[in-house]
Amino acid sequence: MPKLTIDGLEIEVAPGTSVLQACEQLGIEVPRFCYHERLSVPANCRMCLVEMEKAPKPIASCAMPAGDGMVIRTNTETVHKARRGVMEFLLINHPLDCPICDQGGECDLQDQAMAYGFDRGRYTEAKRAVKDKNMGPLIKTIMTRCIHCTRCIRFMDEIAGVPELGAVGRGEHMEITNFIEKGIASELSGNLADVCPVGALTHKPYAFTARPWELRKTESIDVLDAVGSNIRIDSRGAEVLRIEPRLNEDVNEEWLADKSRYAYDGLKRQRLDRPYVRIDGTLRAVTWAEAFNAIRARLEGVAGTKVAAIAGDLVDVEATLALKDLMGALGSANLDCRQDGARFDVSAPAGWRFNTGIAGIEKADVILLVGTHPRWEAPLVNARIRKRYLLGALKVGVIGEARDHTYPATHLGTDPATLAALAEGSHPFAEVLRGAKTPMLILGTGAVARPDGLAVHGLARRVAEAFAMVREDWNGFNLLHTAAGRVGALEVGFLPGPGGRDVHGILDGCASGDVEVVYLLGADEIPAETLGKAFVIYQGHHGDRGAHRADVILPGAAYTEKNATYVNTEGRAQHARMAAFPVGEAREDWKIVRALSEVLGVRLPYDTLQQLRRRLAEASPVFRAVDRLSPAEWVPFGGDGAVDAAPFASPVANYYMTDPISRASVTMARCTDELLAGKRPVGMAAE
Amino acid sequence: MLRDEDRIFTNLYGWESPFLEAARTRGDWDGTKDLIALGRDAIITMVKDSGLRGRGGAGFATGLKWSFMPKERPPGRPAYLVVNADEGEPGTCKDRDIMRHDPHKLVEGCVIAGFAMNVTAVYIYIRGEFYHEASNVQRAIDEAYDAGLVGKNACGSGFDIDIYLHRGAGAYICGEETALIESLEGKKGQPRNKPPFPAQAGLYSCPTTVNNVETIAVVPTILRRGASWFAGLGRPKNSGTKVFCISGHVNNPCNVEEEMGIPLKEIIEKHAGGVRGGWDNLLAVIPGGSSTPMLPRGICDTVLMDFDSLREVRSGLGTAAIIVMDKSTDLVKAIARLARFYAHESCGQCTPCREGTGWMMRMMDRMARGDARVEEIDMLLDVSKEIEGHTICAHGDAAAWPIQGLFRHFRPEVEKRLIGYRTQKLAAE
Repeated sequence: MPKLTIDGLEIEVAPGTSVLQACEQLGIEVPRFCYHERLSVPANCRMCLVEMEKAPKPIASCAMPAGDGMVIRTNTETVHKARRGVMEFLLINHPLDCPICDQGGECDLQDQAMAYGFDRGRYTEAKRAVKDKNMGPLIKTIMTRCIHCTRCIRFMDEIAGVPELGAVGRGEHMEITNFIEKGIASELSGNLADVCPVGALTHKPYAFTARPWELRKTESIDVLDAVGSNIRIDSRGAEVLRIEPRLNEDVNEEWLADKSRYAYDGLKRQRLDRPYVRIDGTLRAVTWAEAFNAIRARLEGVAGTKVAAIAGDLVDVEATLALKDLMGALGSANLDCRQDGARFDVSAPAGWRFNTGIAGIEKADVILLVGTHPRWEAPLVNARIRKRYLLGALKVGVIGEARDHTYPATHLGTDPATLAALAEGSHPFAEVLRGAKTPMLILGTGAVARPDGLAVHGLARRVAEAFAMVREDWNGFNLLHTAAGRVGALEVGFLPGPGGRDVHGILDGCASGDVEVVYLLGADEIPAETLGKAFVIYQGHHGDRGAHRADVILPGAAYTEKNATYVNTEGRAQHARMAAFPVGEAREDWKIVRALSEVLGVRLPYDTLQQLRRRLAEASPVFRAVDRLSPAEWVPFGGDGAVDAAPFASPVANYYMTDPISRASVTMARCTDELLAGKRPVGMAAE
Repeated sequence: MLRDEDRIFTNLYGWESPFLEAARTRGDWDGTKDLIALGRDAIITMVKDSGLRGRGGAGFATGLKWSFMPKERPPGRPAYLVVNADEGEPGTCKDRDIMRHDPHKLVEGCVIAGFAMNVTAVYIYIRGEFYHEASNVQRAIDEAYDAGLVGKNACGSGFDIDIYLHRGAGAYICGEETALIESLEGKKGQPRNKPPFPAQAGLYSCPTTVNNVETIAVVPTILRRGASWFAGLGRPKNSGTKVFCISGHVNNPCNVEEEMGIPLKEIIEKHAGGVRGGWDNLLAVIPGGSSTPMLPRGICDTVLMDFDSLREVRSGLGTAAIIVMDKSTDLVKAIARLARFYAHESCGQCTPCREGTGWMMRMMDRMARGDARVEEIDMLLDVSKEIEGHTICAHGDAAAWPIQGLFRHFRPEVEKRLIGYRTQKLAAE
């Protein structure tokens, strides 16, 4: 353990710590631009220069490993002069257009110029101007502002694994570019604007909309995939203006996927802002009371067994539990939260959680991906796998579609037969799994949302058991969900009760007339024609597929508009917080169910969120340990029937549009057009 | 003055064939096997004792540098010797002549130095523009392979070594050792941070030593004639012979091998036919390639050409490229041209060099015209100090020194020009 002296203070640090990190541990601020703790260290900005005894020149503290007996000074005239010099160099060719720059107010260059710079410029020559680059619909470039720290290049190379950025030219003429000026084909590209210390890369959808000090910042949870990324919602008035990641080392680190970051403009379109009832074939705006009465009238005399409910992908746990309680009170056991028709075994939580944990990926040495394309289903899980790959000695096997994962992977096969061969040990990759110390298996929901889903689920369990993936200290079996509401609904048991129908049963019942009333809680992935003649109550926030087919629409709140709990794919319960009020007459979802129950004469026993959350805590231990993981007990699950020969397919056909919010988003539509369909951006020809 | 029998590069002027047969008659490849048989430690000790200092400009002790390489090499972990033949410093053309006319000295040096450091392969990174030189070196390597001097069981010594020639693509910065390594790896030629030094993690993250062509080429002769012979030439710590490149306003520009420590005046008068118009017509000399600060005539009268005496007068031996400027020279314009060169060749990686070299270039351009205020001289020097010592590699220093040298010795002349320009302009108005 090297011991060094910094500004007269002695500190002992772990081997491999840099001088800059040692300074930070002592609380000594060292300015920097290029250094980023999650990226490699190029030491090219030279802002972090400090003095080291016996060194003839100041040293770059970010790149210098702390050594025993080093004497470092960070507060000398030489250091100050070096910092002022670097600051001056950075500013001579910087446009100083802070008043019109979107980074203004949260800019490293601005802040550090205040703290370490000159109070005036000495540069009288002409400034450099750099042509802007087209980086697609998400990242706006003003390249004249670039200070060449290369964080963006390193982010793309290292974290995103899509090496599309680079530097061309030498000296003053060096430019950061994406070479062929097409949109950046990464699901993590929004983080570029975060790592950029200046206003060279900013968020295109956020351009010129607000100054950071005008924004109200609400810490919340993302729901556009099942990762449960921690986010900060920046809003002004009722409008969400941007979404930024929040640090959580166990979940999203400090990154955020593009859909989660940029789909917020979908919150302003296609919104259900008042109740509707279908009268004479047309949806007409009504009052809450009229909507509730229409439901009461239809339910009168209908047996509980003829009523069913399906929970969607974005639903919060509170609403799900309230609806479950309501259905129970109505005497219905026809509940399901698997609107994709997945047939996995719901009896054991270990069978449907991401047991290893997202952070646990870093401990794995062999990863088997079965019927999943994590890059689209959960970009940040994929980023973790890539992070693990960069640490070295990781083997990845893929059963399913052969896609670019951003890390090397061995493609083993496309169908369940390959998985069966692995379970028997006859596949060559079995040798690799046998030699692994911490193997893990990631099963996609696409692999179980098929007729033989139950058998595939059981087969995957047998593979996990055959290769000792489940032990006292390690659980390598994982189901990777794509819906933020799914695990929470499973935890509260929004599942067919005794004798109840699952999704397939409900839809069959609709077709045959055995199910007369269907309550869709934000369920938008059910094809309208499969609902037959059933009376459809749709509760949700967007006029999407579900609302189009509905007979009664109850306007709910989107995830930014309610205090709610979500459980991510790991089984981690997290609280989302209200950043804006629901639009129009829309209400928080659990309150709607609670109010409806009163009209139906089956009043639910909770009046406040606290009371409801107490009920939640009784329903599952997961809700008693918010933000933490509780390990699930390993018991046999899954079927052992025959499997089909059909190849596995990922449920995500278009990363940018998977749910009502992202389908309503113009930004996501642009991404689909430009990044996936390869269309030319609108207005590009005119530019 | 160096006696003829002490000359190492006996075919520097290409009077004989550069290739194997002729090289053998000049003594190359004579008993190389026996030299290798001396053993690694003995060779490194001899190089240390000879006092050989790197000929690429920095003048680091070669034997010491070699001793940084790991003695034991675990299987599967190669080590490399990289020969820096990316000679690009303005005014310097010594390696070029060595490779063009005496390539076997270099190839033999690679085998011996490679053995001494127990490397698996030698890469010669040659400047892309050196087409003819690359052809000759490649032919010399091929001849050596065919004669069993290189490759498996090189020279019958039982030691295996491969030599590869790699042509650069024309960037000055690729002559910086770590940028050269990056370029060799196929990346953009940008210097690396040190530590780690190449001896710990160099080419492909393996232990690597980077040496100049001349450094490697003199090693076989040192071993043949003995460390004390080499150490006996020149002054202590500045021993041996050196190829000097004399260019500029002399009657007979040339490359010449001379003893270290020869007086500047003597080498110019004896070998280059003197300054154009006589010694009294001398204005200034850049003694060691474009990056070393210039010396005014007063210092040139007495200064000795070696590392330490040039350092005493706040300049440097560099690559020993003597650029002579007589009184017809516009010094400001000359240094402005060098500033332009350094701005053009900055790799753009680190801030002070990327932004500062361009700034200095623009100020120097204006000063060459006279279009600047006198106070701007201090600002320019301040900017040069902000670059110097704050960069990843020495390119920033190299860009700053010529400007500092100009103002150290010729500031009154520049001020006179600036004032003259201003007066003229005012009069015109």
